[in-house]
Amino acid sequence: MNTATTTDNNAVRKHAVRKELFVDGYEVVIGIEIHCQLNTESKIFSSAPTDFGHEPNSQASIVDLGLPGVLPVLNAGVVDRALKFGIGVNAELGLFNTFDRKNYFYPDLPKGYQITQMANPIVGEGYIDVIVNEGEKNEYPKRMGITRAHLEEDAGKSVHDAVDGMTGVDLNRAGTPLIEIVSEPDMRSAHEALAYIKAIHQLVTWLGISDAVMAEGSFRCDCNVSVRKPGAELGTRTELKNLNSFRFIERAINREIERQIDIIEDGGKVIQATMLYDPERDETRTMRTKEDANDYRYFPDPDLLPVRIEQHTVDSIKAAMPELPVARRARFEEALGLSEYDARILTGSRQLADYFEDVVAEVGQQDAKMAANWVMGDLLGALNKDDKDIIDSPISAKQLAGMLERIKDDTLSGKLAKKVFSALYEREGGNDDDAADKIIEEKGLKQETDTGAIKAIVEEVIAKNQPMVEEYRGGKEKAFNGLVGQVMKASRGSANPQQVNQILKELLG
Amino acid sequence: MSELHLLSTQQLIMGLQDKQFSSLELTEHYIKRIDALDSKINSFITHTSETARAQAQAADEMRAQGDKRRLLGVPMAHKDIFCTQGVLTTCGSKMLHNFVSPYNATIVSNIDKAGMISLGKLNMDEFAMGSDNSSSYYGTVQNPWDLERVPGGSSGGSAAAVAAGFIPVATGSDTGGSIRQPASFCGLTGIKPTYGRVSRFGMIAYASSLDQAGSMGRSAKDCAYLLQPMIGHDPRDATSIKHDMPDYVQDLNDAEAAAGDKPFDGLRIGVAKEYFSKGLDAEVEQSVRAALKKYEELGATIVEVNITDPDITLATYYMLAPAEASSNLSRFDGVRFGYRCENPTDLIDLYTRSRSEGFGPEVQRRILTGTYALSAGYFDAYYTKAQKIRRLIVKDFEDAFANCDVIASPTAPTAAYKLAEDLDPATMYLGDVYTIAVNLAGLPALSQPVGLTSEGLPVGLQLIGQYWQESKLLATAHLFQQHTDHHLQHSTIAKETV
Repeated sequence: MNTATTTDNNAVRKHAVRKELFVDGYEVVIGIEIHCQLNTESKIFSSAPTDFGHEPNSQASIVDLGLPGVLPVLNAGVVDRALKFGIGVNAELGLFNTFDRKNYFYPDLPKGYQITQMANPIVGEGYIDVIVNEGEKNEYPKRMGITRAHLEEDAGKSVHDAVDGMTGVDLNRAGTPLIEIVSEPDMRSAHEALAYIKAIHQLVTWLGISDAVMAEGSFRCDCNVSVRKPGAELGTRTELKNLNSFRFIERAINREIERQIDIIEDGGKVIQATMLYDPERDETRTMRTKEDANDYRYFPDPDLLPVRIEQHTVDSIKAAMPELPVARRARFEEALGLSEYDARILTGSRQLADYFEDVVAEVGQQDAKMAANWVMGDLLGALNKDDKDIIDSPISAKQLAGMLERIKDDTLSGKLAKKVFSALYEREGGNDDDAADKIIEEKGLKQETDTGAIKAIVEEVIAKNQPMVEEYRGGKEKAFNGLVGQVMKASRGSANPQQVNQILKELLG
Repeated sequence: MSELHLLSTQQLIMGLQDKQFSSLELTEHYIKRIDALDSKINSFITHTSETARAQAQAADEMRAQGDKRRLLGVPMAHKDIFCTQGVLTTCGSKMLHNFVSPYNATIVSNIDKAGMISLGKLNMDEFAMGSDNSSSYYGTVQNPWDLERVPGGSSGGSAAAVAAGFIPVATGSDTGGSIRQPASFCGLTGIKPTYGRVSRFGMIAYASSLDQAGSMGRSAKDCAYLLQPMIGHDPRDATSIKHDMPDYVQDLNDAEAAAGDKPFDGLRIGVAKEYFSKGLDAEVEQSVRAALKKYEELGATIVEVNITDPDITLATYYMLAPAEASSNLSRFDGVRFGYRCENPTDLIDLYTRSRSEGFGPEVQRRILTGTYALSAGYFDAYYTKAQKIRRLIVKDFEDAFANCDVIASPTAPTAAYKLAEDLDPATMYLGDVYTIAVNLAGLPALSQPVGLTSEGLPVGLQLIGQYWQESKLLATAHLFQQHTDHHLQHSTIAKETV
């Protein structure tokens, strides 16, 4: 399987200057660091669980607490996940990677140092292809460079409101495995930054290596923003810390761009600093400047041996890689004949794409479009309304396919199918694959296609609705629809509409 | 019963097996001695007499029921660097004066499982930093041979307690010579195994890449007995290595059985002129040379080898060890456990005062040295350079071992010295000059007594082996001890009866 995230048609030249993105004549330069939590069951260096949302300090072992004498042992699960990511972004893999200590004092950092990868990261240079303003008229593709990605442990957190006048420390998060993904400064607007972040977010969830829930902090972004006059040296950058929603990222970057341009236009200088975005006031604020920066005194962690990865390990991970979003979308368009729009929606997540393909596997590729319509229309509509994900779908792919089969063999009309769908969604058919058939049987929703039976109903309707018949014969086309409606009503919706039309026309002459 | 504490571990085991005495009697004997005499030498920080009695009673019952573990019911004690569940673990520091570990170090569990009785926690240089036990928050330890002298460090409490006849064997740890040098000063045998042989989990880290736990006793065989349950791969320590599991005691018995008049026939002992350099006390040199002569008489061949200049090695060690220590000791910050200063005004005050008040001067000195060595702008000049020299040291040992089986040297340049208030730290560091290269290379080494100075102070001979050859080292000492009686000399305190 081709694991490249790109096809040639959307690979584009790096650093293309897009003048239309300039803000007041300034070019914006953005680089992004993403901290993404890897979804191992236990922590990166201990066997404590990584679940979110438990009592403070209930998920921290003696290793996470940094008690005297304890030692870290690397969780092999994080290595596999990082390699998957590296392959997913076409990167050079660090087959020899090492762990370093980053030393600083903070109450939520139990050991007084964070174990991270400074000198030899597990993922080297790579890239990801994204579509900026996707789905909009002004969308365009762009290749974003990735400098490196490395493994590290998360710190705990300080809790300022639990004890009056005191600060508590919760170490449940301490030792949670993270992969820090560092981009090249390739982004030229908030939209480009957002497109990149969304692409990485989609990739890590697609690969199944992270839950990437921004609200839980398992996917956090720091954006380095600077502005410059076109052609000038890179401007002084500021770092927007811990942005944890797509909406805020865009707003925060734009506020920061405006702030920096204002400073320069007023003849001032941007000071290198760490900034926080306050969504309530929609402004960025300085948290600390470079002057208070730490000397982290990085050095190789003597408690952890270097990780040497064999080529066969990489080969087996490569062989087990899922088809990536870009490739899958292209295949949906080419092999299944879906529109670009449909293919994009259906590859929105790996679970959705898998669901759709499961349906297609049942009904056949020739009916992929019908399957797409039902999945995207009725199913996603219903799920959205209930704020549910495709994995929570009450209708299994096989059940939906079962219903589609009944549409194909004319057992169901479109209208009846909607009724069956609703019943399936309410789980009235149970768990079995043939739930649709059960519902059709129990509710008597079979479409009437017996010409004789339909004819009898039509005759009855004509007899009972003479005024309407007269109207029709008098030239009122609308009355015909009324009669069709009466027939459908009399058949309780089960009559095949095409046959009703045809027979009614015949009998009315 | 007054002579029980002068018996070897093997004699104790046989006495227990033959019901000459019970484990409880043995334990009581040692407790009585400790209670009566430890005030003279200050070797224990924590006593666990009550649990020891209960353990001994249980051991006697298990032995009566047919439990055949060979160390069952044999007393010992741990250097206070090893975490012991439910028992104070101070690492010789005010910083941990109130720290009761919630877990056992791997070696503590292993020794428990072997059925040994722990009599308590032994004094040591603060965080294992020191060569004379003067840096302990719990006070210096007196040498049982001469109470005015130091026992050596950092496992000074372990050495003194064994030499005083308070316990037959003790655990120690060795970062730059901390088992071998006090063994030398106290007339004991002490072994520092190959790095990775013994788990470091639960041993409070000083310099992670150099620290290794080992055993101390009055003879090589005593050391072998205690080392046995300590070794083995530990999944909780990533630097612990899976390797073959020899039976050290059996290996010594086999070596003894195979030995003829010339037990060292074919053994090439490497001697490096760098280890007989300036600063070496004449009497120490004399005893060491005499021991080498004895080895030759017993069949060994002496060959000359070259070793990295000890001055360079010393400088390398005192760059790398503090660098690692500065980071390892960051966790002692007054936030979660241990000492916290009174009424901190803010976070920075909490950190600085807790650390300034909790750490002693030697520890602070090394933290500052290490912080400096790792800081931006100096890292390459100091840390990186030291790592390069470390590789050269490893290479020099490899070359030397191409021509010999073990390397012999004095363990320390002098015998035990008198505690001097104004001892310059750099002078104290020189005491490690012959031992530290072994730690930088991760090799196994031991020290054994080879004579007494004119003042009646023990002199140690260091034997350095190739990786994983603890058995060979122990045998090289054991067979020597079969033909000599240096290891049977007793300290002043050991000779006292209570």
